[in-house]
Amino acid sequence: MKIHEYQAKEILRKFQVPVPEGYVVFSAKEAVNAARKLPTEIAVIKAQIHAGGRGKGGGVKIAKDIAEVEAISQSMLGMKLVTHQTGAEGKEVKKLLIEQGIDIEKELYLGMTLDRSCSRFVIMASTEGGVEIEKVAAENPEKILKEWIDPRVGFQPFQARKLAFGLGLSGKQVGNAVKFMMGLYQTFNANDCSLAEINPLVVTKGGEVLALDAKINFDDSALYRHQDVADLRDLDEEEPLEVEASNYHLNYIKLDGNVGCMVNGAGLAMATMDIIKLTGGEPANFLDVGGGANVETVRNGFKIILADKNVKAVLINIFGGIVRCDRVAKGVIEAVNSIDVKIPVVVRLEGTNAREAGVLLRESGMDFIVADNLQDAAKKVVNAIKN
Amino acid sequence: MSILLTKDTRILVQGITGSEGSFHTGQMLEYHSNVVAGVTPGKGGQSFQGIVPIFNTVKEAVEKTGANASVIFVPPAFAADAIMEAADAGLDLIVCITEGIPAMDMVVVYEYLRDKNTHLIGPNCPGVISPGIGKMGIMPASIHKPGNVGVISRSGTLTYEAVDQLTRLGIGQSTCIGIGGDPVIGTRFIDALKLFNDDKNTHAVVMIGEIGGSAEEEAASWIKKNFKKPVVSFIAGQTAPPGRRMGHAGAIISGGKGTAAEKMKALKAAGIHVCKSPAEIGAMVKKVMNVK
Repeated sequence: MKIHEYQAKEILRKFQVPVPEGYVVFSAKEAVNAARKLPTEIAVIKAQIHAGGRGKGGGVKIAKDIAEVEAISQSMLGMKLVTHQTGAEGKEVKKLLIEQGIDIEKELYLGMTLDRSCSRFVIMASTEGGVEIEKVAAENPEKILKEWIDPRVGFQPFQARKLAFGLGLSGKQVGNAVKFMMGLYQTFNANDCSLAEINPLVVTKGGEVLALDAKINFDDSALYRHQDVADLRDLDEEEPLEVEASNYHLNYIKLDGNVGCMVNGAGLAMATMDIIKLTGGEPANFLDVGGGANVETVRNGFKIILADKNVKAVLINIFGGIVRCDRVAKGVIEAVNSIDVKIPVVVRLEGTNAREAGVLLRESGMDFIVADNLQDAAKKVVNAIKN
Repeated sequence: MSILLTKDTRILVQGITGSEGSFHTGQMLEYHSNVVAGVTPGKGGQSFQGIVPIFNTVKEAVEKTGANASVIFVPPAFAADAIMEAADAGLDLIVCITEGIPAMDMVVVYEYLRDKNTHLIGPNCPGVISPGIGKMGIMPASIHKPGNVGVISRSGTLTYEAVDQLTRLGIGQSTCIGIGGDPVIGTRFIDALKLFNDDKNTHAVVMIGEIGGSAEEEAASWIKKNFKKPVVSFIAGQTAPPGRRMGHAGAIISGGKGTAAEKMKALKAAGIHVCKSPAEIGAMVKKVMNVK
């Protein structure tokens, strides 16, 4: 799960991690009031959307005085902010973070995430702050310092010192950086984060170390034990169909194509998208209806897929497994019967009683196109769209 | 004839009285798997269908029945604890089916297992089946056939798809292992490949990967150096968009890393037979095995 920058900074503040003073606002008037409370004349105005790359898209601006705060806030609120992560249609800006100006001496990078190759969490630091860390990793991997965390003892101060000195810090900067890193680790650990990224981490002219930006993601599997975190979810930032699907406990991701697909299992769902593409079609979505696939899940799946107006045909690919295919077929027939489906539906059911399932579908009096295998299904659905 | 799950495997089921656990225990018994015990804390002394005794702790189950492997159907909040309990009791093989265990819990489990002689398969996986011998997991036994091809996969139903293609072509399997779709898993491709390398009855291996992480790349370079048998591979998620989690917690392209294209390239460079389409897996194995 993702949250906004201002929410991430509020969490960091709770764990005594230094962040600039700032307030989240929803109108230009609130922005002015917020700016008046700041310790600096200069105010930084930051659009709060979940996508990265906000600066380049015009979502981060500096105001010299209150008049500028008002003008910039007015133009930023309600704008469609386009970044490399939002897609061409952009994302509407509904709230702003108004922050104090900072005297920056150095911009660094600090991040914590899971290192899957060794199944340990890792804290990474780099002098190359403010730029995309993936780029640094690809071009100058030696510039990323890493400290792996031993789960038996947790992140230790000596590791933080190694990183701080490695970043070339000195004097009181070191102590402040160590405190910052220990705090970031506590935040991560206490909230079951999956990613915490401070980019840039800034060192001020006065030797303070604070988070100029903050991105925190959480482990969805651990949300059950963090209701306070779950409450931070901002549904405005998510694709409405994906929100609806999650209410049905379906796993749906909208894509740009026109072949809707409904599959049981994540791997098979991805493979089905792949074969549609290889056969000359474009998948409209990823939809994993889970292992079971009963009437209810199939019906809800249809509702979600058909709500996407780009969809011109649907491919149902269910590997029945232990669930008998004739039962799944009955579910599909009942679901299609209960909602008005006007586009071609190709069905491929495999597993126990697959033959009986095919007979049921063919004799249902409905226009199912029954496919015998994965390749056949992809061909049939792509042809259905061409015709 | 197989790895991990063999004729000597004596299976216990943790969470045997839950709805998933009891249903799948029934299925495992139907396939003549050697299920010798169940564990549900507080239900010790009862039995499953009058044939499998239930115990309060894994330790007790091991002492009384000689169980040496466990399959876990415990809810996510308690699953990490269940895995450690099984490891503490000295079991050789633990298969964890549970989906949705927090990564932080699994990091601790991984550490706990480091100095133990236990193979953990999963979590978030369909389990292990050695066709003709038995199964520990949720896969449909009927699509499998005893034979000489090993299957390793990060996915569930996609594995069934591949196995089904093999069986239809008359190609049987030695052992099929779903290693799981999570970011932290007990057994990775390389661990499973090592076992298949030493198994005389495995003549070729199908390796099914997906986007996210770099386990396939690591496996590719290991295969190039060490693996003596032909490998056929497919990577799911060639059309997956970056930054989105595709169902599995581990299936995500992040920071431009973990794409299917990258993985396929690494596999090809290691001399692995890579299928572009998921419909070609069976046919590719057939071709590769005939050439041999």
